[in-house]
Amino acid sequence: MTDFGDAFTTAFGLIASLDPDLMEIVLLSLRVSLTAVGLAVLVGLPLGAAVALFRFPGRLVVAALLNAFMGLPPVVIGLMVYLLLSRNGPLGVLGLLFTPTAMIIAQWLLITPIVAALAQQTVSDLHAEYDEQLRSLGAGPGRAVWTLLWDGRFSLLTAVLAGFGRASAEVGAVMIVGGNINHVTRVMTTTIALETSKGNLALALGLGMILITLALTITLSAMAVRDLASRRHA
Amino acid sequence: MTDTILPLSIDGVGYTAAGRRLIDGISATLEAGPRTIVLGPNGAGKSLLLRLCHGLIRPTTGHITWAGTGAPARPGHQAMVFQRPVLLRRSTFANVTYALGLKGVRRHARKALALAALERAGLAERATQPARLLSGGEQQRLTLARAWALEPEVLFLDEPTASLDPAATRRVETLITQFHGAGTKIVMTTHDLGQARRLADEVLFLHHGRLVEHAPAGDFFARPQSREAAAFIEGDLLW
Repeated sequence: MTDFGDAFTTAFGLIASLDPDLMEIVLLSLRVSLTAVGLAVLVGLPLGAAVALFRFPGRLVVAALLNAFMGLPPVVIGLMVYLLLSRNGPLGVLGLLFTPTAMIIAQWLLITPIVAALAQQTVSDLHAEYDEQLRSLGAGPGRAVWTLLWDGRFSLLTAVLAGFGRASAEVGAVMIVGGNINHVTRVMTTTIALETSKGNLALALGLGMILITLALTITLSAMAVRDLASRRHA
Repeated sequence: MTDTILPLSIDGVGYTAAGRRLIDGISATLEAGPRTIVLGPNGAGKSLLLRLCHGLIRPTTGHITWAGTGAPARPGHQAMVFQRPVLLRRSTFANVTYALGLKGVRRHARKALALAALERAGLAERATQPARLLSGGEQQRLTLARAWALEPEVLFLDEPTASLDPAATRRVETLITQFHGAGTKIVMTTHDLGQARRLADEVLFLHHGRLVEHAPAGDFFARPQSREAAAFIEGDLLW
């Protein structure tokens, strides 16, 4: 138990002193996950809206892929990205394996389906309500999509937060494609896994506390967004 | 107005959905001027006829043409108010400016038009409030303000007061009368005989998807020509 207590004390010390190693890891985690979320929003929102609104060839395939990817374990997505980026893989020439970019790609693949699926749900619900009115006002399809996304902004923001939550908490995919290389691709979750297995509990605990704080912040933000939405727009 | 879209010609229009003939061979011409009330019991096809005229759905058979050009309705010349107000999740004011934007009104001109329309609907002091937190009557008045700002030549109203209390209904009817006074062609459905008597200049009486009677309001209520219309009016007297 004293080991445990010591670990806590050291962990608090690391956080309080803004330990450079700890900060490097936290910042890389945030950089990777935020970039992945940003890209997931750019692709996922229009994709979800398109699947919800338009009948195009391959629509069912896209919808099925989105749902399939949503259920895939992160390690499997990591494996797929690994195969794509490995030296002999189709994208091997890019030399991206074991870089933060590879981790961003893996997380992007992980959360784009979540964002897209939630966007699809939000947009099709709103569409059922708005469709005739928007056509009556003369809104074309492009304008309608934008209107539906904007009016669904609160639900969509919740979707984005959910995506960020999943990305920052994920360990399997980034471990495989990043390689958990010290000072290069080491993020919070992979470090926790490594340091715990090494018995270095202080650093693992410090990172764990930061991750818990992050998760709480996300959950509280999502609740605040929902609350605001229901108060403002019934 | 030189580029009028009226009269509206409804020529042998039928509408079938899921094998059921919901609108059957309706022909009528709606001229500029008189307030047209589409009357009939629930399920007569009133809302469908309005949606067909407005261009939201296409007739299965027949044609709907504006001003004899054969062209479909030009957006911006007609507006529609639905039974259940559909309001964007934005402020009262933004709901009106959004519609103006879609009509192609320039950004700097929207504010004055929107405020004038809200003023007319008695919603000026609600401008900054979220539209969906307005009361039912206010929400319907907002859809009328939105339509007012668009200055349509034809305004379709689908049972606009069906879910409103008498006070809110009166305010909506006043606004409809103001539209009429401003020269907007009113085409409105209702199953409420009292409302039809108050607002109608001419009546299209629908029953089971067919146009049973098309007559000036005075003639229709005093001397209905069909058994169905007579029964419908009689029902009102008995109740």
